[in-house]
Amino acid sequence: MSHDAALGVPAHSGPAGPAATGPAATGTAPTGEPPAPRRRRPPSAPYLLLVPAVVALLAGLAYPVGKQVVMSVQKYGLEQQFGQPPEFVGLDNFVRIFTDDALWAVVARSVVFCMVNALLTVVVGLALALLMRAVTTPVRLTLQVCLLLAWAMPMVAGVTVFKWLFDYRTGVVNWLLVKVGFDGMAGYSWLSQPMTFFFVATMIIVWMSVPFVALSLYAGLTSVPEEVLEAARIDGASGRQQLWHILLPMVRPVLSIVLLLQIIWDLRVFAQIRLLQDAGAPVSETNLLGNFIYELGMSRQDFGGAAAVSIFVLALTVLLSWPYVRSLMKEDA
Amino acid sequence: MSAIAPARPSQGKARDLATRKHAPRANRRRVRAVALGALGILAALIWVFPVYWMVLSAFTPAAYLRATTPQFLPLHATTTNFSRVLEGGDFATALKMSTAITLLTVLAVLVFAFLGALAISRWKFRGRTSFVLAVLFIQMLPAEGLFIAQYKMLSSVHLLDSVIGVTVLYTAAVIPFTIWMLRGFVAGVPAELEEAAMVDGLSRTQAFLRITFPLLAPGLVASGVYAFLQAWNEFTVALVALPSQSSQTLPLWLRNFLSASANRGVDWGQVMAASTLIAIPVIIFFLFVQGRMTSGLVSGAVKG
Repeated sequence: MSHDAALGVPAHSGPAGPAATGPAATGTAPTGEPPAPRRRRPPSAPYLLLVPAVVALLAGLAYPVGKQVVMSVQKYGLEQQFGQPPEFVGLDNFVRIFTDDALWAVVARSVVFCMVNALLTVVVGLALALLMRAVTTPVRLTLQVCLLLAWAMPMVAGVTVFKWLFDYRTGVVNWLLVKVGFDGMAGYSWLSQPMTFFFVATMIIVWMSVPFVALSLYAGLTSVPEEVLEAARIDGASGRQQLWHILLPMVRPVLSIVLLLQIIWDLRVFAQIRLLQDAGAPVSETNLLGNFIYELGMSRQDFGGAAAVSIFVLALTVLLSWPYVRSLMKEDA
Repeated sequence: MSAIAPARPSQGKARDLATRKHAPRANRRRVRAVALGALGILAALIWVFPVYWMVLSAFTPAAYLRATTPQFLPLHATTTNFSRVLEGGDFATALKMSTAITLLTVLAVLVFAFLGALAISRWKFRGRTSFVLAVLFIQMLPAEGLFIAQYKMLSSVHLLDSVIGVTVLYTAAVIPFTIWMLRGFVAGVPAELEEAAMVDGLSRTQAFLRITFPLLAPGLVASGVYAFLQAWNEFTVALVALPSQSSQTLPLWLRNFLSASANRGVDWGQVMAASTLIAIPVIIFFLFVQGRMTSGLVSGAVKG
């Protein structure tokens, strides 16, 4: 039913009773009343409007999800590459993949990478948000513009610039390190050792993700009413006390959503790693989950195994997304 | 008036007294303010440096980029790098591919998502909550968990390396967030406005087209730019859906450009010129929508 209830009736959020007496007014949307039947507009309209979007979602996402489930219980071996239809093998793919230590090494690496990146991003983002509150307007605007520029960079261009910055021969980073006294860093190849490879990957991801976190948290911090802080100051609260007992508790909802989003996003890191691997990194020691799936499917043509790992990743994402989706649904009520 | 005016000087005097009494503390506060300001500028420099370095290197001749000491200022600016990149020819092909995919995606997303947003924000219907819930979950599904199946799907209908195949995948990936974003805009236009226009004699369709639609324009622009950015920047899905060299989008082209350059010792000036060419339209468009994106992603948290 339409939102157009309660024409000029101030009790917009009240029960449907008074509004329903108006000629054009039926259910009041904000209260979530069940729809009353309505003659002028056929109830099929919303369904018709949804058809194009639903068709697109079915074709681009729902069908692949279904296909993936089917693929995960099929065998794709050498015969299938020569045109044989895949044969049903039950849960063999899952058993084969999940009893393989290689997968668990990738899972552990992905989880550690995700947690380190998400926490680092949120901590740095929060620090920058608090900094923006504390500095003068020109400094704050400068910082905001710079963060926006970094945020706007296309991912592939960003990774490419970092490869240039960390280039072993003429990169700025090695030049700077030698300049401040680390002579051993001359010609150091960051991307060929797993440890330093992930250090560079973390730098890229934190650099790319912090702007969103910092600006969101800053928006959250500015919505804390000034009177509350004023009252705390009058009562003698120090800056630190204001931070811990007023500011942080009041931005906690934003903080937890942002952390959750970072965890979900950092768990699916694929392209940055793939692009960094081009520079000659040991692939099997630097793969994260997405890269593992890509290698299984595209390089080894093991579509059944790749589908099995993909389903694991999707299930993990849905599980992690639940609190976020619930918070968005609250807004929709 | 007269009651307020004399109050001001006395307040000022009180403040003067207070600052004089706490002079050391005020000093310490000033030092702290300067330190924080310096920290803010340092953070700004760190975040903007890669962007600056990309553009600067793009305009720097190769000889200076190979020097052992980097040049931090544009003292020898040249456009040679750009002309070399554009001479290659592959750029034009990739630009055409990216443009076709991006335009089709934006168009499809705008129409489909607008109709969907209209449905969920102007009607209460059976299945509405489940639909919204499904949309919100779908937008979280990672491409990395689906691209093998999407690859198999496209290959089974012979749509690998085609504009249509990628467009279908992009449209599906972008629609959920745009429906969610537009829903806010549609709900923000009070239906009372339409009703009032109808009281004045317009039909429902006329009222919608003349009153509601113009008010939704900012929302449509924001959604369109969002879809543009997603399609223009996308790498992962394109990597599997466009396997052949002749059908690359710009992000794939940039990756191959770097790999090809690596064979003969990377010419970073050209690579950075290539990156700059891709990044500039994105940065311009991005600045239009960023406010909407921040608030859209965390609005549930702010309200709850």
